[in-house]
Amino acid sequence: MPQKSIRQALNEALAQEMRRDPTVVVIGEDVAGGAATEGQRDAYGGVLGVTKGLFAEFGEARVIDTPITESAIMGAAAGAAVTGLRPVAELMFSDFFGVCFDQIFNQAAKFRYMFGGKAKTPLVIRTMIGAGRSAAAQHSQSPYHIFTSVPGLKCVVPSNAYDAKGLLIQAIRDDDPVIFCEHKLMYDLRAEVPDEPYTIPFGEANIVRDGDEVTVIALSRMVHYANEAIDTLAKEGIECELIDPRTTSPLDEDTILESVERTGRLVVVDEATPRCSIATDIAALVADKAFAALKAPVRRVTAPHTPVPFAPSLEKLYIPSPERIAAAIREVHGYAG
Amino acid sequence: MQLSREELLKAYRDMVTIRRFEERVQEEFSKGSIPGFVHLYAGEEAAAVGVCSHLGPQDYIASTHRGHGHSIAKGCDPVVMMQELFAKKGGLCGGKGGSMHIADLDRGMLGANGIVGGGPPLVVGAALTAKTLGRGTVAVSFTGDGGSNQGTTFEAMNMAVVLKLPAVFVFENNQYGEGTGVGYAVGSHDIAGRAAGFGLPAAKVSGDDFFAVHEAAGEAVERARAGGGPSAIEVDTCRFYGHHSGDAQLYRGKDEVRRLRDERDCLKHFRRRVGEAALLERAELDAVDAEIAALIERAVETARTASPPAEADLLTDVYVSY
Repeated sequence: MPQKSIRQALNEALAQEMRRDPTVVVIGEDVAGGAATEGQRDAYGGVLGVTKGLFAEFGEARVIDTPITESAIMGAAAGAAVTGLRPVAELMFSDFFGVCFDQIFNQAAKFRYMFGGKAKTPLVIRTMIGAGRSAAAQHSQSPYHIFTSVPGLKCVVPSNAYDAKGLLIQAIRDDDPVIFCEHKLMYDLRAEVPDEPYTIPFGEANIVRDGDEVTVIALSRMVHYANEAIDTLAKEGIECELIDPRTTSPLDEDTILESVERTGRLVVVDEATPRCSIATDIAALVADKAFAALKAPVRRVTAPHTPVPFAPSLEKLYIPSPERIAAAIREVHGYAG
Repeated sequence: MQLSREELLKAYRDMVTIRRFEERVQEEFSKGSIPGFVHLYAGEEAAAVGVCSHLGPQDYIASTHRGHGHSIAKGCDPVVMMQELFAKKGGLCGGKGGSMHIADLDRGMLGANGIVGGGPPLVVGAALTAKTLGRGTVAVSFTGDGGSNQGTTFEAMNMAVVLKLPAVFVFENNQYGEGTGVGYAVGSHDIAGRAAGFGLPAAKVSGDDFFAVHEAAGEAVERARAGGGPSAIEVDTCRFYGHHSGDAQLYRGKDEVRRLRDERDCLKHFRRRVGEAALLERAELDAVDAEIAALIERAVETARTASPPAEADLLTDVYVSY
């Protein structure tokens, strides 16, 4: 099977869906780029190249460059979705939801409920998350927990190229608004990705590796850090199960609970800040529904309750590291069960 | 723009329906039949009807918190609307939206909106759908003078110009954003002029005069349908009630509302104009009045006796599938 980067996998998913369905359009800032310049059209293809080449194939009617105007982009995408298109809107950095959240949170997310079940809003918002590039406080956050908390939105947080393609195709075909979170440090990460289109259902976690002693749950880039930590612990004779929920809304509660029932120990790794987070949500889920199975306290390995720092030395401390994850696993493993 | 007798009668019927609907909503709200908040449109009827008389069911509008008039003008059934206001299962939104979120997608009504300035970006989207799919339809946003100051509205106008979309931005300047006057809140004192700054043709008309609104809207809608891009219309109008039903209106001048009702009532102006020009008989207009009085009575009776949503309805309609 061909190896592809997450960038290629996403690009392929978009192109294949746009070929299949003429109502799929891409809209955002510099999704092509070069409009009204002396240079070339499609100069960008998205700031990180995810939409590169779509303009040449589908033209300006379906690859729609916008001004820097996030409220209008999100509102236009929401309004287009509820009237017959399937827009894939790009919110360049997830941090920018601050200037356009009304259109996502009060409009798109609530149409169906407010209108008594009569609206369908097949909208995808692709957005970049994640720290690690010294992009500092306004370009590095991972606010998927905020999207997850909103009834009416679905939230997807893929960790690899295979999942990225299948989940994006699913998101485009889905009839509800979906926030699709891409980690900015993972676009070049490669995996085996089939050429043909395929979907991965929402709400189905991926069990990345099996183990019976500690359940580790991680999302996005943290799946890879957790995997590294688990490799280290395997050498120490500790067998961990690693679960990647892949979507935070809907969340595959069954797979999480089934694993914790078996291991009795849980570590949740989350690059986001700790308050009201996915890590906290999963800890609460387990405390609520698998309390009797627990042999140790639930440990959350998260960013601190701070903005994302600029200095590389501080940012390194901010992001959960394989070492911190390993320490948390050792700690819960050390509890007498 | 010449209107046929049928068109004139329909315009009158729609305006009277809005007026009587709102008067009755005020009465029912005061009696406690209607939960939540209602924002009444009486006094502004010529704006909604003057614009919507150019639209078909495939065209879209987005409305404001003051959305009953736009809904009726766009063809929503007042009997089903009244049930929504009364929070009944048979209402337009199953009793889950209420006055501030009343919507009817089958009739191109994208919803009243609880967020000031919430609608214009959505209209850009509806216009984008129309253009992308070559539907030949248009999308119209109704916004108040208050919403005209929101950044979302500015962004929407700019993007509609950039993408040359079949959109019309109608600004109903009823002189108040809640309890603050436009002379204070609109920095330039000129909503149409500010819209023109975004690069779209912008007209200013009197909302007392159905025919003036109708003509300006006809040009804007025609331009949009023909691929000529977006336009803006500022309608100088007035509201006969407060910001919301129950507003003490201490910000208004003494006798202001009485003066407005005497001098600026678009319904009275309409009746006088069609009478003077011998376009419609007085008896015809009176017959419409009687017909609408009966309709509103039936709407209230239906709403009063209808069932509320079931407990199970709390959890439905969040997602198409989850």
